[in-house]
Amino acid sequence: MGIAAEAIKDFKGFNLKNMPEVEPLSSGHRACQGCGEILALRQAMKALGTNVVVCSATGCMEIVTSPFPQTAWNVPWIHVAFENTSAVVSGVEAAYKAMNRKGKINQPDVTFLAYGGDGSTADIGIQALSGALERGHNFIYICLDNEAYMNTGIQRSSSTPWGASTTTSPAGKYSKGQSTWKKNMPAIAVAHEIPYVATASPAYPVDLMNKVKKASMIPGPAYLHFYSPCPTGWRCGGDESVAVARLAVQSKVFPLYEVIDGQYVLSRKVAKPKPISEYFKMQRRFRHLTETDVQMIQERIDAEYAELLKKCGVEA
Amino acid sequence: MAKETGIMSWKELELGNSITRPGNAGELKTGDWRSMRPVTDYEKCTKCGQCYIFCPDMVYKKNAEGYYEQNYYYCKGCGICAHECPVSCIAMVQEGD
Amino acid sequence: MGKRIGVEVSIAAAEAAALADVDVIAAYPITPQTHIVEHLSELVADGHLDAEFIPVESEHSAMSCCIGSSAAGARTFTATSSQGYALMSEICYIASSMRLPIVMTVANRALSAPISIWNDHADMMMSRDTGWIQTVAENGQEVVDLIFHAFKVGEDHRVLLPVQVNLDGFILSHMIEPIHMPDKAEVDAYLPPYKPAMRLDPAHPVSMGPVGMPDIYTEAKMAQDQALRNSKAVIVEAWKEFGDKFGRYYKPVETYKTEDAETIIVSMGSISETAMTAADALRAKGKKVGVARIRLWRPFPEAELFEPVKGAKNLVVLDRAMNFSGGDTGILGGEVKSVLFDQNHHPSLRNFFVGLGGRDITVQNFEEMVEKASANGGKPVPYEIINVRD
Repeated sequence: MGIAAEAIKDFKGFNLKNMPEVEPLSSGHRACQGCGEILALRQAMKALGTNVVVCSATGCMEIVTSPFPQTAWNVPWIHVAFENTSAVVSGVEAAYKAMNRKGKINQPDVTFLAYGGDGSTADIGIQALSGALERGHNFIYICLDNEAYMNTGIQRSSSTPWGASTTTSPAGKYSKGQSTWKKNMPAIAVAHEIPYVATASPAYPVDLMNKVKKASMIPGPAYLHFYSPCPTGWRCGGDESVAVARLAVQSKVFPLYEVIDGQYVLSRKVAKPKPISEYFKMQRRFRHLTETDVQMIQERIDAEYAELLKKCGVEA
Repeated sequence: MAKETGIMSWKELELGNSITRPGNAGELKTGDWRSMRPVTDYEKCTKCGQCYIFCPDMVYKKNAEGYYEQNYYYCKGCGICAHECPVSCIAMVQEGD
Repeated sequence: MGKRIGVEVSIAAAEAAALADVDVIAAYPITPQTHIVEHLSELVADGHLDAEFIPVESEHSAMSCCIGSSAAGARTFTATSSQGYALMSEICYIASSMRLPIVMTVANRALSAPISIWNDHADMMMSRDTGWIQTVAENGQEVVDLIFHAFKVGEDHRVLLPVQVNLDGFILSHMIEPIHMPDKAEVDAYLPPYKPAMRLDPAHPVSMGPVGMPDIYTEAKMAQDQALRNSKAVIVEAWKEFGDKFGRYYKPVETYKTEDAETIIVSMGSISETAMTAADALRAKGKKVGVARIRLWRPFPEAELFEPVKGAKNLVVLDRAMNFSGGDTGILGGEVKSVLFDQNHHPSLRNFFVGLGGRDITVQNFEEMVEKASANGGKPVPYEIINVRD
């Protein structure tokens, strides 16, 4: 049994009836109406509880939770810059390790969490993240993926899906919007051979919270990739955040899986997948796409999903 | 009041401009942002808790009878709860009506 | 009682950090800083130092790790140089703004391009406005002593700022010098254990690094500036205590034969030793030359610098870095002029750029510079690069 599997073998899991009441992230934050990103972060924090130190990258979740003199954080929290949260958390973790060993503190069970958006994770912060994963610090990294630089005004990132119109990949006469395929960050994390990688969605809160809790139980680095709907950037209704997140899973756009000690495990098989056209219809960022474009994307999504099933050892 | 607004002397700042009152964002009335208000029909409510776990603003709290009640001080009126309620017992009602 | 040993200055710097019982070191290798961090990792590997050594993937992450570590309450050390400094500089500004008493040695080296691993002060000049306390060492003993002093001052609750100890790359970092290394008990008597004023602790949650809207940014900068200004008294006090305990007394500006000097050379770092040799050589020829060496670079010691130079007719100000001001003065030149302006004092001043990218500076160069300063009659003259081939 690998170290991750060993660490979580007795984990029972959360359920909707026994949700922890704790809210390490408080009300009064300035996230947009219907923000799916802060919803995912809230669910993660409920799973983690309060014996945690949180390191934040610059981004929406930093801005909306910390305009001086108010903080939405009931747990210790630090923000330094955009690209370095994985390095900051490395330093925090190392400090705790050294101080515990030297008898300067007696806090051996603190969890260390770093989070950033997709730009902070897949673009500007990927070097620091790779370094922290490779060095094996005992921490959780959460990528809150809303598929563009939302905080600066919806510019494309390497995590923006093909065809999405953003302010720097606008659809136009000679453009279909984003012209590259979404970077596969979970696969990059897996390539570091860390004990635990998982994808999660706030539309499936119990699954999300279980994955966060598992990540906290497993020694060494854990990478979690959260689908984080952004009604403002995706041009969908604020009330539709959870619906669009659910549809992303049901249409195979954002499959839910874990990689435990390098072994892919499918979290839920999409039995009757919905067409991506249904998912696209909810979001104005895709409305310029033609039927041919959508068909082409559908084929790519189908192929990616088939590949994932193969990795998970699940029959199509 | 100075501490709430951030209008303060440099001498009053905590070390490195840190904030030492955890969760003091709770003082902010984000309910002001709302144009629509979620109203629950407790006759239809099954206490399933979907509204609670899908709320990005931690508005819902379980009462003694197990029903989830809104704290309108924070509710921004996004409508996720109404959209997600499996028995459609939450209605979005125009503010001021 | 410690002992006097012959040791490479970089090794002595690492031993000093170890004697300070640092908890976390995060560093990335860059010439000529490498021997410092190599030796620290050896000390950790051999069990001589109980610390976490984080071999980060860049200098940017080195300083970011240091911020995380210091914010978590650990005594934190790093070292860098040149391009490494340039890469981490974004985070250096944040370390001082967040008031974290990280200590960093910088083995001063030229900046690219062309790439040069050799010494000048370009990195130190670039870091001058980061809000860090900065000291500049002249020799190996000073490097060691300034490292103890850095922890003592930075961690003082009246200060709480990061401290940068500058030493000339190769010229100092790679020299073997006789250095008195104190023993642990002596260091402990001078340097108390680090007690963070605030730390990332689930038992007492704080939010560090929040968003500063326009209604608070100015106040935040004011508070930070006051912290740096107020640190000077603590810096001097800590040097006094150091002298009383170790017998070596330091001050913000060191002087050599300035009392009767007609011409004073204003310098920083190891070049000052050559300057003193040149002063003696010139005095032998009947020229009254002295040297004022700046040890405390930030906060800048205006009054302490004016005092020794106020009687001189001529000033030779050395900038050991290329500063593309395009005007009459480089960075140190400008600082000195500003001091003189404040005092309404107008000696004949020449600002020379010397020792760029490892170029040697000879006693003859000093004679040339002293000559030029004496001859210019107080007229403003643009800075001049010394020892450049036509």
